[in-house]
Amino acid sequence: MEELANLFHGFAVALQPYNIMLMIIGITLGVIIGVLPGLGGANGVAILLPLTFSMPPTSAIIMLSCIYWGALFGGAITSILFNIPGEPWSVATTFDGYPMAQQGKPGEALTAAFTSSFVGALFAVIMITLVAPLVAGFALRFGPAEKFAVYFLAFCSFVGLSKEPPFKTIAAMMMGFALAAVGLDSITGQLRLTFGVTELLNGFDFLIAVIGLFGIGEILLTMEEGLAFRGGNATINLRVVLHTWRELPSYWMTSLRSCLIGCWMGVTPAGATPASFMSYGIAKRLARRGNNFGKGEIEGVIAPETAAHAAGTSALLPMLSLGVPGSPTAAVLLGGLLIWGLQPGPMLFVEQKEFVWGLIASMYLGNLAGLLVVLTCVPIFAAILRVPFGIIAPLILVLCAIGAYSVHNSTFDVMLMLVFGVLGYLLKKCNYPLAPLVLAIVLGDKAEEAFRQSLLGSQGSLGVFFSNGLVSTIMVLGLVALFWSAIQEGFSRLRTAAA
Amino acid sequence: MTEQPGSESGPAHKTLETGTALLIGAFGLVVIFGSIKAGINWGAEGPRAGFFPFYVGAAIVGASAINLWSAQRDHGGRLFATWGQLRQVMSVVVPTAIYVGSMPFIGLYVASTVFIAWFMRWLGGYRWLTTIAVAIGMPVLTYLVFERWFLVPLPKGPLEEWLGL
Repeated sequence: MEELANLFHGFAVALQPYNIMLMIIGITLGVIIGVLPGLGGANGVAILLPLTFSMPPTSAIIMLSCIYWGALFGGAITSILFNIPGEPWSVATTFDGYPMAQQGKPGEALTAAFTSSFVGALFAVIMITLVAPLVAGFALRFGPAEKFAVYFLAFCSFVGLSKEPPFKTIAAMMMGFALAAVGLDSITGQLRLTFGVTELLNGFDFLIAVIGLFGIGEILLTMEEGLAFRGGNATINLRVVLHTWRELPSYWMTSLRSCLIGCWMGVTPAGATPASFMSYGIAKRLARRGNNFGKGEIEGVIAPETAAHAAGTSALLPMLSLGVPGSPTAAVLLGGLLIWGLQPGPMLFVEQKEFVWGLIASMYLGNLAGLLVVLTCVPIFAAILRVPFGIIAPLILVLCAIGAYSVHNSTFDVMLMLVFGVLGYLLKKCNYPLAPLVLAIVLGDKAEEAFRQSLLGSQGSLGVFFSNGLVSTIMVLGLVALFWSAIQEGFSRLRTAAA
Repeated sequence: MTEQPGSESGPAHKTLETGTALLIGAFGLVVIFGSIKAGINWGAEGPRAGFFPFYVGAAIVGASAINLWSAQRDHGGRLFATWGQLRQVMSVVVPTAIYVGSMPFIGLYVASTVFIAWFMRWLGGYRWLTTIAVAIGMPVLTYLVFERWFLVPLPKGPLEEWLGL
């Protein structure tokens, strides 16, 4: 019951007029970010993070998380109307959303997408409300070895679950760890890997990496196609909304399944994108009209949108309770916590009750506000897309530069951002995943600290990671995740051999 | 995609893939070298500063070797991008590099104005009026939002000094 009281207190915090204003601003900015090509949730939040340095942490996280919800909503708009996924997780939404729009039912598709997003998010927030305090309470007992095991599990899941070749994932992730290691060593206070360059004393800031890799890199990818980017029209009215809402409850089974898939994929750091694909694939196999998928089936919009939003939201569960973000955007939010002077992890639930519960309450309100904003303002957001890329692109580049500069007030960082941008373009073209790289930069120091402290305790024996039931279980889970694709392949070979 | 000599030619995907693997591998070697300099063994305070990065560097080199090997087995003959596409990309990278490089000297606002104007006029082909409106409007808006509202200082140059901002 204490949680319930905390939650109500959180609502009181989130409902302060200042915070509500930030919520609306955040949602609106988020949808714009989600709609625009080249600006995604992660780098959108990264660019705007410096604006929040002077705000109280609770207000700051409310605004930034609302940008995230907005971006999740916004991705669907471009997918359905223009067949251009604004975000990677809305690719699966184009499969049926765009055909629906083509058949003259854009309103239905958009309403279904927004409502499913909301349902997915609500499901995930309820899960967070119930589960996060328990996980955090449990994690309070973690020693350095257990902490390292959790990081190990998180990073192994990337290798096992991502679509990219495993060794490319490992290479990208290890680059992140190496970049995180540059500068002052947090345990011995010794300088390392700086090679005498004074600008590197403080290491690489992950915000610069995020803005470069995701922002500039994405613009460069879009530039390959030239500037011929054109938008279209969209209208949505109350009659269509109500009509679609009447239809939606009959797909409750798909919704529930997608919610569960989304929450599961969001908590493990696989993230929203695979969740949306997986949910779409399963819905296609199980739906009565599965053969019709891809031709404009409303269920084909509900499934990926619900899962993507559930995953995107539940990615905050491990961030809040364990200090391990479940997605790049959650990683940026976690970086924000560090900047505001908060220590992410289980202690947050003990020491920063107001912050945690204010954030959780704002998730309920933010998603509700988001649903209302997108339903009422779709034509405006669609109009943004009609602004040609020739104008949008330089403005986004300037915004990225401003964002990169204001992290540390350093023009060196702006140059670094461009280097990361070109690198991001190259890596993306060569199929290296960027999310593990960013997550490794964020968590590198903490993972290393946990690793070295565990080894200190055990006098250098790796046996410390298998010294008790808890840590061994997490480590074994990590190893299973690491070799997951190999295990799957082995199983399918066994099956074909048996048949 | 059909292969058309001339307009549709470009560097092979395999070449770039190989290059990227080598680049990352070289980065791994630098990390290993730097770690050894920082000390990779145990000191009085436990594992020394280079201990963890050393293994990270080793993993980078190892993973890159495997990526290099699998890049060599790619016989698809795909293109990385056509020269035309790469020219488009470079037409953004080069001016952005100049923009970023000039920022410490002329400040963010002037650099942004020139950059936006250049981009819109030469890449976008907009009329001067539209170009100038956006190129001046955006920095002014930026100034109001960042410096006035959120109190985030941005780099300034001689012009701002002369204006007394």
